[in-house]
Amino acid sequence: MPIEVLMPALSPTMTEGKLAKWVKQEGDQVSAGDVLAEIETDKATMEVEAVDEGVLGKILVAEGTEGVPVNDVIALLLEEGEEASSLEGADERQAASVEGETEAAEDEGSSQKAEQARSTLAAPEGPKEAIPEPEPEWDGPTKKQTVREALRDAMAEELRRDERVFVMGEEVAEYEGAYKVTQGLLKEFGPKRIIDTPITEHGFTGLAAGASMYGLRPIVEFMTFNFSMQAMDQIINSSAKTLYMSGGQIENPIVFRGPNGAAARVAAQHSQCFASWFAHIPGLKVVSPWSAADAKGLLKSAIRDPNPVIFLENEILYGQSFEVPDTEDWLVPIGKAKVVRPGSDVTIVAFSIMVGKALEAAEKLAEEGIDAEVIDLRSLRPLDTATIVESVKKTNRVVSAEEGWSVAGIGSEIAAIMMEQAFDWLDAPVRRVTGADVPLPYAANLEKLALPQPDDIVEAARDVCYR
Amino acid sequence: MATKSGQERSRKRSDSSDPEAAKTSAPKRASSKQSKSSTRSKSPTARQGDLAKGVDKELLLKLYEEMLLIRRFEEKAGQMYGMGLIGGFCHLYIGQEAVVVGLQSCITDDDAVVTSYRDHGHMLATGMEANGVMAELTGRKGGYSKGKGGSMHMFSRKRKFFGGHGIVGAQVPIGTGIAFAMKYNEEPGICLTYLGDGAVNQGQVYESFNMASLWKLPVVYVIENNKYGMGTSIERSAAHSTELYNRGQAYGIPGVQVDGMDVLAVREAGLEAVDYVKGGKGPYIMEMLTYRYRGHSMSDPAKYRTREEVQKMRTEHDPIDRLRETLLEQKRAKEEELKEIDRRVKEIVGDAAEFAQNSPEPDPSELYTDVYVEAQAAE
Repeated sequence: MPIEVLMPALSPTMTEGKLAKWVKQEGDQVSAGDVLAEIETDKATMEVEAVDEGVLGKILVAEGTEGVPVNDVIALLLEEGEEASSLEGADERQAASVEGETEAAEDEGSSQKAEQARSTLAAPEGPKEAIPEPEPEWDGPTKKQTVREALRDAMAEELRRDERVFVMGEEVAEYEGAYKVTQGLLKEFGPKRIIDTPITEHGFTGLAAGASMYGLRPIVEFMTFNFSMQAMDQIINSSAKTLYMSGGQIENPIVFRGPNGAAARVAAQHSQCFASWFAHIPGLKVVSPWSAADAKGLLKSAIRDPNPVIFLENEILYGQSFEVPDTEDWLVPIGKAKVVRPGSDVTIVAFSIMVGKALEAAEKLAEEGIDAEVIDLRSLRPLDTATIVESVKKTNRVVSAEEGWSVAGIGSEIAAIMMEQAFDWLDAPVRRVTGADVPLPYAANLEKLALPQPDDIVEAARDVCYR
Repeated sequence: MATKSGQERSRKRSDSSDPEAAKTSAPKRASSKQSKSSTRSKSPTARQGDLAKGVDKELLLKLYEEMLLIRRFEEKAGQMYGMGLIGGFCHLYIGQEAVVVGLQSCITDDDAVVTSYRDHGHMLATGMEANGVMAELTGRKGGYSKGKGGSMHMFSRKRKFFGGHGIVGAQVPIGTGIAFAMKYNEEPGICLTYLGDGAVNQGQVYESFNMASLWKLPVVYVIENNKYGMGTSIERSAAHSTELYNRGQAYGIPGVQVDGMDVLAVREAGLEAVDYVKGGKGPYIMEMLTYRYRGHSMSDPAKYRTREEVQKMRTEHDPIDRLRETLLEQKRAKEEELKEIDRRVKEIVGDAAEFAQNSPEPDPSELYTDVYVEAQAAE
């Protein structure tokens, strides 16, 4: 049987084209890779190369023919030792084959459509977010620690536990951290595992992603998350997506951590909150704790997690003290929110530094007779929607509080989830308290106006309570 | 004229400023000068002929077969793309086969490979199976990424092939990181990190060069200079000079420029590079002068170069034809042996095409798998 040469497509959208020129003629010897013909569309010209070896037996579509459908037989190739007589009846066969082909194509087309329709119908539901069990109540001894110390201890404990864990970033070793979070680590673990990098975020983030693909467990410190924008491609395209793109072969156990959001008077380029940017990305986990106990337990969980975890800290919280369980086994699960103040009248949802402000607001509201429940989200992806929904069933009112901008923010996500999952329990529209929709100003008075304050939360809570 | 060629010769090799490295590589530099001057008068085929004399027959035939497999595989992929069986992007490696095949012959199972999106050849060279690669191109369950990655995203932990990356230059820090991990683990391996002449103007490439040299990481950066970054010629993208082997000079990374259309020249230079890097001296840069016969991707009208230019490369410098000629001229292989290889390769590719069309599409339930690793499973 002669080999059929088919009209190729230049792109998946091309359906027909012009057979511009035959480079080989009937009777010509053809080797694989030889150009047989040229075809044209309105976009481009392409050469049709032979894939098989033989003699060009018969040309079925003359050069200059327009509108040749993709996959039509345009020529027949005789294999080594094949007689020209096998070409007899080729024209008829071609006609038949074209017809058959078309039918087959139609069949295929319709069956493909049907298949598509089926697969649309049969599209699997997204996986039910497995809500982890909350950490057990700690009734053992505690010690008072700053968030900074808790983070340092978390890293030190995990560095001791697993040789594959290392810390890399700018000024993490000899300087002991721009914000002293890595204090003492170089002394205990040495320069092999506590690594000062050049100022090269894009480079060291990609390097860490590669090291993690090979099996190490890097902790990458960004001096502030503002600098992670330099490295965004490596975080998203390399770390977050590789497991999926590799069909599950290549894991990316890695933690990206550092202070996020506004500090104090450092202006627009050093004050952005990246919570919603990262929370948008499937493949990443995003954590943003408030208390020192959660900071420690969540960072340890993040380092042990086999996935890339974005760990958003807050510079102002570094110096704040909390009681922390006095043990090396303190783990807080990623994906579980925490009710930090129970209440019955309104649910205030917050994370990171805004939890403290929400608690302040709740005290003020209590004076007015409004009993607010405050939820510390702790994790932003996966988001513990069940805890929020349960709370709303009780309070029927939600205020979300975040330092970041309102547009497409975490609060927008909370509002959408409330619409979808708690609509029947809502007695008022969800209110978002957010940073002002401007680059953060430097001037003290303007900065204060731009950042959400406890009074803003109080006002929003009053609103949803119609008070 | 003599001065010019002398200058040129010394320019073709940029040495590390590390005094120790300079000491050890000094004789090699000299010998390379020798080989360059001795080849100046000879045709590329004649030079390959000299090199072939030092290589045993089995290896020569293996190199031939591996290059041919890539060539035939890519031609088949191009054909299947034309039939609508492969979608999206499909960047063919036709013309560049000598680079990956030559270099792969210099490394061992300890060593890793990472590249960007023109990657089918690299996969086949590392020993990944044609079936799995082709089935990934058709987006089927039997593909290396279960059909979820496509042409640009395949991986094989077993073959230490780490992709398959779609963002120009992004694979360079990743390869550097793999080398970092090997050094951290005190393993003997190195990472071959491939990039194109288009990638060399990305900032992260130099960020990687800096760290790799600073920390003496075991990485060979292989710049496949096929003269065009998509449709932009190297002349229109590189300032000052179109030579790329010396792009690591500021970081003290030695570099060498190699005829990437000659698999034996690639192997010779590759052995030297691998030896240097395995000796703990840090990174090394190889610039492979090569050429892709096909467009950047399937829908490339190729208006940026003349047909004559492509034709000249194909007829005068084809790496497969050249090795075939050498084998026959030196009577290292009989016509019949080469035909047998042709048949074998054709069968592998034919089987792969069939497998890729018959393998089912991924189950719809695969949509939501492999987004996260279950924490418990990994603990």
